Amino acid sequence: MSKYILKRLLTLIPTLLAVIFIVYFIMDLTPGDPGTLILGERASQEEIDAKNDELGYNRPLPVRYVNYVTDLVRGDMGNSWKSGRPVMGEIIARLPVTVTLAVGAILIGTVIGILVGILSAVKQYSFLDFSATAIAMALASFPGFWIGMMLILLFSLYLGWLPSFGGGDLKHYILPWITTACPFMASQMRMTRTSMLEVIRMDYIRTARAKGQRESKIIMQHALRNALLPVVTILGINFGGLLGGTVTIETVFTLPGVGSLIIEAIRTKDVPIVTGATVMLASFFAILMLVVDVLYAYIDPRIKSRYERK
Amino acid sequence: MDHTTENMIENTEKILEVENLTAVYNTDAGVVHAVNGVSFSINKKETIGLVGETGAGKTTTALAIMQLLPERTGEVKSGSIRYRGDELLTKNKAEMRLIRGACISMIFQDPMTALNPLMTVGEQIYESLAIHNSNKTQKELEPRVDELLELVGIPARRKINYPHEFSGGMKQRIVIAIALACEPLLLIADEPTTALDVTIQAQVLNLMDELKQKLSTSMIMITHDLGVVAQTCDKVAVMYAGEIVEYGMLEEIFDPKRPHHPYTIGLFNAIPSLTGESRRLKPIDGLMPDPANLPEGCRFHPRCQECMERCKSGEIYQYENGTHKIKCNLMRKGENDGRAD
Repeated sequence: MSKYILKRLLTLIPTLLAVIFIVYFIMDLTPGDPGTLILGERASQEEIDAKNDELGYNRPLPVRYVNYVTDLVRGDMGNSWKSGRPVMGEIIARLPVTVTLAVGAILIGTVIGILVGILSAVKQYSFLDFSATAIAMALASFPGFWIGMMLILLFSLYLGWLPSFGGGDLKHYILPWITTACPFMASQMRMTRTSMLEVIRMDYIRTARAKGQRESKIIMQHALRNALLPVVTILGINFGGLLGGTVTIETVFTLPGVGSLIIEAIRTKDVPIVTGATVMLASFFAILMLVVDVLYAYIDPRIKSRYERK
Repeated sequence: MDHTTENMIENTEKILEVENLTAVYNTDAGVVHAVNGVSFSINKKETIGLVGETGAGKTTTALAIMQLLPERTGEVKSGSIRYRGDELLTKNKAEMRLIRGACISMIFQDPMTALNPLMTVGEQIYESLAIHNSNKTQKELEPRVDELLELVGIPARRKINYPHEFSGGMKQRIVIAIALACEPLLLIADEPTTALDVTIQAQVLNLMDELKQKLSTSMIMITHDLGVVAQTCDKVAVMYAGEIVEYGMLEEIFDPKRPHHPYTIGLFNAIPSLTGESRRLKPIDGLMPDPANLPEGCRFHPRCQECMERCKSGEIYQYENGTHKIKCNLMRKGENDGRAD
C-alpha cells in the first residue's frame, strides 16, 4: 500500500511540471511586460527595459520556465509584480480563508447530503423522497451568487442576525458556508440516493435480512459502506474544486480568499501571482485525488488488493 | 419409550406447514400471480424438494416463508404459514427477525453476490451469531466462528479473508456456514448449486446432507434439477405456474409405474439418461405462461399433449392416493385402478 502511495506521489511530479508549463505558456501569450506594470506608463523605455532585464523577462520562454521550476523546488515562487512581495507569502496569507470556507462547506454538504440521501433511498417514493429530490434540484439549479444574495437579504438585512461581508470570526462564514454547500449538498444527496438504491437491491442485503439483522444496521453497516465509493469520488472532486473555485462566493461576501486574489491578479496582469496560485491549486487537487484513491482502498478490500498487486 | 417410538414422534413433528399460500407482485405491468394456493408440510429432519422451471414460483414461496418478499411490490394475499404450529404471517417485523436466521435460515442461489464484499467472512458469520446471541460477548462467540468454518471445510485461519479471496464453491460453503450458524430447525436452500460447476455441486450437496444429519435440520430444497432432488429429498412438490401440480414421497414421484402429471413426465423426458439407450431428449413444448395473465382452467393446458376440452376451464380434478397427489383431469378415469392410460 505505501509503495502504491509513493508511486502515485512520484507521478505527481510530471503532472505538475506539465501544469506549470501550460500556465506559464498561456500567461506568456498575454500582452504586457513586468517593467511597464511595475514602473507605470510614465517611466522611460530605458528604465522599463532595465527592469525587464533584471527580472529575466527578456530571456526565452524555456529558460524562464526552467528557472521558475528550479526556484519553485526551493520554495520560491517569485515576487508579485504589483506589490513586490513574495508570491508564496501572498497566497499563504489568503489560504486560511479559502480553506475555512471549503472545509466548512464540504462538512455541511457531506453530512446533510449523505443523511438525506440515505433517507430518500430507504423511503423511496415517499413524500420525504419527493420533496428532498425537488429541493436538491432547486439548490443545484440556482446560481451560487443568487443564493448568496438572497441569504444576505434575509439574514443580514431583514433579520440582522449575521454579518454580510468580510472575514473574521466564524460568524462571518456561516452564510458563505451555506451558499457554497448548496449545490454540493444537492449533488451529494443525489449520488448517495442513487448509489444506496443500487446497493439495497443487492443479494448480500437480502442475506443480511435473512440473518435476522435489524433494518437500521443493514442500512448503516452493510449498505452505506458499499454505497460510499461514488460518494467519496464526488467529495474529492468537489473539495478540490472548492479550494480554487469559490471566487463568486468570495466576491459576493467580500472574503479575502485565494479566489479573489487570483481575480485581482488577473485583472492587474500580475503573472507571478496567477502562476503561483494556479500551481498551488493544481497540486492540492492532485493530492486530493490521491487521497480519494487511498480512501477507496480503505473502503473496498478488493481495490486494496489490486493496489498491492501492482 | 423405546428408541423407535421416540424417533417416530420426533420425525412426525411438523416443522412447517404451508396452507393455501397465495402471493402476488404488484407491478406497473399488472398483478403477477407468482404463487397460487400452494400447500405442503415438512416434518422434522425431512427434506422437501420444490421442483419446476424458472418462474414457477419456487423462490417466491421461499421468500414468503421468510417474509422477505420485496417490500413495495411483493404481498402474501392469503393462506397460512405455520412454524411448529405458530402462525408466521401475523407476526410483526421484530418477531419475524427473531425467527429469521435462528429458526429458519435461507441459502441463496448465487454465492458470488450473496456475501458482502466489504466484510471479512469471519465478520459475516459472527454477525449471524451475534444477532441471536446478544447476551454473549465477541470473545465467547469467536470460537464458534472458527468451528463453523471448519465444519464447512474451510480452515479457521481464513476468517480474516474477504469474499473475493475465495472460489465460488468456498463462498457457497461460507453462505451455508452463515445459514447454519444458529442451528436453525429449517433450512431453505434456493438453488444452492445452480451457480456452481458440476464437480463442486456434488461436494456442496454432500456437505449440506452431512450437516443436515448432524444438526437434524429440515430442509426445503428449491431446484430445477431432478438429479439433486433424487440425491437429497424425501418429499417432492412439482410446481408449475405458481401451483403444486404433483406432490408425493420421492419414491412415488420417481416411480415410472405410478400415474404422473403430464408436466412431471415432461420434466423427466427432458433429462438425459446415462444407463438407458440413448434417445432424443424431449423438451416440453412452449413456454411458461405469463404469470400476469395465467390461462383459465389447468395452467398447463396450452402446453399439455393430452389436453382435453374440460381442462380449458373450471376446477381441475385433484387425485389423491395416500401421500401422492396430482392435480390433473387425466386422473379422473384412473381413480380406481390407480393408473392413467
